[in-house]
Amino acid sequence: MKRPGSALVMVLYLLFLLIPIYWLVNMSFKTNAEITRSFTLFPHDLTFQNYRTILTDPSWYMGYVNSLTYVVLNTAISITVALPAAYAFSRYRFLGDKHLFFWLLTNRMAPPAVFALPFFQLYSSVGLFDTHIAVALAHCLFNVPLAVWILEGFMSGVPKEIDETAYIDGYSFPRFFVKIFMPLIASGIGVAAFFCFMFSWVELLLSRTLTSVNAKPIAATMTRTVSASGLDWGVLAAAGVLTLIPGGLVIWFVRNYIAKGFALGRV
Amino acid sequence: MSRITLSNLAHSYLPKPKTPADYALKEMDHVWQDGGAYALLGASGCGKTTLLNIISGLLRPSQGRVLFGETDVTDAPTAARNIAQVFQFPVVYDTMTVRENLAFPLRNRGRDAAYIAARVDQIAAMIGMEAMLDRKARGLTADAKQKISLGRGMVREDVNAILFDEPLTVIDPHMKWELRTQLKQLHREFGHTMIYVTHDQTEALTFADKVVVMHEGRVVQTGTPEELFETPEHTFVGYFIGSPGMNLFEAEVEGNMARVMGHPVPLSASYPAARGRVQIGIRPEFVQLADEGLPAIITRVEDVGRHRILRGEAFGQPVNLLLPEEIPAAPGPAFLRLAPEKINVYADDWRVLPVGARRAA
Amino acid sequence: MEKSWNNRAWFLVLPVLALVAFSAVVPLMTVVNYSVQDTFGNNEFFWAGLEWFEETVTSERIHAALGRQVLFTAIILAIEVPLGIFVALHMPKKGFWASLCLILMAMPLLIPFNVVGTIWQIFGRVDIGLLGRTLTALGIDYNYTNDWLDAWVTVIVMDVWHWTSLVALLCYAGLQSIPEAYYQAAKIDQASRWAVFRYIELPKMRGVLLIAVLLRFMDSFMIYTEPFVVTGGGPGNSTTFLSIDLVKMAIGQFDLGPAAAFSIIYFLVILLISWVFYTVMTNLDREDRP
Repeated sequence: MKRPGSALVMVLYLLFLLIPIYWLVNMSFKTNAEITRSFTLFPHDLTFQNYRTILTDPSWYMGYVNSLTYVVLNTAISITVALPAAYAFSRYRFLGDKHLFFWLLTNRMAPPAVFALPFFQLYSSVGLFDTHIAVALAHCLFNVPLAVWILEGFMSGVPKEIDETAYIDGYSFPRFFVKIFMPLIASGIGVAAFFCFMFSWVELLLSRTLTSVNAKPIAATMTRTVSASGLDWGVLAAAGVLTLIPGGLVIWFVRNYIAKGFALGRV
Repeated sequence: MSRITLSNLAHSYLPKPKTPADYALKEMDHVWQDGGAYALLGASGCGKTTLLNIISGLLRPSQGRVLFGETDVTDAPTAARNIAQVFQFPVVYDTMTVRENLAFPLRNRGRDAAYIAARVDQIAAMIGMEAMLDRKARGLTADAKQKISLGRGMVREDVNAILFDEPLTVIDPHMKWELRTQLKQLHREFGHTMIYVTHDQTEALTFADKVVVMHEGRVVQTGTPEELFETPEHTFVGYFIGSPGMNLFEAEVEGNMARVMGHPVPLSASYPAARGRVQIGIRPEFVQLADEGLPAIITRVEDVGRHRILRGEAFGQPVNLLLPEEIPAAPGPAFLRLAPEKINVYADDWRVLPVGARRAA
Repeated sequence: MEKSWNNRAWFLVLPVLALVAFSAVVPLMTVVNYSVQDTFGNNEFFWAGLEWFEETVTSERIHAALGRQVLFTAIILAIEVPLGIFVALHMPKKGFWASLCLILMAMPLLIPFNVVGTIWQIFGRVDIGLLGRTLTALGIDYNYTNDWLDAWVTVIVMDVWHWTSLVALLCYAGLQSIPEAYYQAAKIDQASRWAVFRYIELPKMRGVLLIAVLLRFMDSFMIYTEPFVVTGGGPGNSTTFLSIDLVKMAIGQFDLGPAAAFSIIYFLVILLISWVFYTVMTNLDREDRP
């Protein structure tokens, strides 16, 4: 960094972002006695017991498995249905296209709180309550519109001549789409998948409402444990730290596309 | 306005350049005379833009000095150098009107409003945009935008030099010609030093009094269009200027006689013994068909209006001839006669001077 | 791009349509159904007309929640948008430091909402939190569980912490798309730092800024989990925003009818404001094209 002023701004901002996270990590390595009885800036009595508790107790670690299961399911479903739709929106005009597009986006604007109860009743009535697929489908509500929007942005950047050339060369639509078109928008697919993952991973209201035991997400497991044994801060912090890891990994993989991705391909 | 001197200048984009190949601009000394109209000609990636950005102060050279007149400006920021520069792709301030765009460089220098208004009108007339002065720059076509960029480059009267970095790339061909003529006229009127970067030889030769040819980070020749045509100092100049480029034959030179694969080719002057790879070069304009001489095979005859281009091969090398239309020509074996006074001799790509001759300044 | 008219494109859109219809239209119909009925238990429903809607638009409790919601959204937009722009302008442009900043800045965005709440709940506590402890040590009487102002400050700082990076990353993407020649031309034209921002950077960021404002508006207007974890809507009702109120009503008190009417109005308000944004955005887009 050439300008010292900029470096200072960034250091201050990053400190602001990282200190609360540091505090969580710090606590996760402390014993409950150290947390409540003394005030220490780093663990004096370093312990891994909090992590051991989580990683050996199925009611804890299954929470991670459940979360990851429905998040991956949701990402796969969202991208699969969004790809052809985004292609249609980026290439063709058809009856009601603009209204349809806007209607899709409105679902991204729907407050999850509005849908919590009706979802609960809907999925209960079709026997999907407390399954991973129920949460994955519910999250499609906001992820599919977003995926369509992002992919449409990236697809519009691909010249139409490419499609036409491929058809002239005798490609069928599915073959063209998979062999030629998808590699061209690979970064767009990556970005869309990243966002689906992100929003599904961070959401709690719907995933908590739609599950009880078998598909209970880690985030919900955390809230229950707090209310039950409100004082086990160490384990709570450790569980929190473990929820940061999947996000961190995903960011690492898409780091080169983050900036463009957050602009939803519209830069 | 002042003379611009580049002394011992070199630039590398790497922090610690080692080999010559690491340098985008190899060591050079060069003087741009005050009020000259220069074209900086070369293939893409030869260092033209780097050189331009060093003059305008957007880049600081890795070594050497830049002088404006007698003042060393190597470390001076762009604003202090009082240079105008027009870029390859249009740079306009989208949210401003055309008028505000043109006035922007003057406003930033605190000129008074009446002067600015008059000057903007004058420039608008020159680039033919009077009618659009109050439109927002956003949404104009690429060539309208580029005209605004050109206008912004010319709006200041007191600049040390105006630098053009392939400014007509995005402009329609017929507009290109018109704008180039206007630039020339502007030069005659105000006498600014102008440096015009291009990879198009027609553009360079029609615009400039002096053409500076660059090749692989080096200035290989500076001269008038005639000099570049008659006596290319480097085989690259011979090849790059002229259409088609100069013919080159591997040869041995002894005194005033060259031998191409054993075939004698008389020269008009005596040459010192040259070392390295020796070639003789001659423009297609000065090669004729004859009853004897260098054996060649003509493979193709192209009719280009008043001339014909004959393309062929001699000793495995491509060879081109440019003949007037009335001379009959057909594909097949032929003999070539090279006009002795038009032949240049090259050793390792650089021109060898005949005995007793002096290099033109 | 010129798009050709082709109604068969509908087949490509069908999967999305079916999926979203299943997860949006069916539940919405349930909501609408509840909103016009009343029940006395036993799954017996009676037509209630627009009674619940009247109740919702006249309810002082909801008015208060709406007021708090609008204030909250206004404050976080007023902080996050300028701060995000400011941070974006100071980010390194390329190289290792740029990647590092991007990764670190994206971190808060990938933390589950309730963990964000938990982090700040712990961080702000006067007994075990760094922030609460520090403020107390400095002699500031800070306690977000008792004092409504402290609760508001905590929730707002938390939201700024959580989401400013989104605005900054969007702006950064906008800035990245500015060709170097623009900055060079500005130097040649002797433009001031402010002029560079005003005439080069801001116009290029306008599109992404609108996306940022739209996303931040929608998401902050629907905020539920984070403040709920930290303050539970309290002290009193001081941080009870619309979603918290709605969930209390629907799942806590099981007042299905009023909750459904509330939901519909809530949704419509967001829709209306977002539609205004969307229209403005697409119109600006059109203006950009010659």
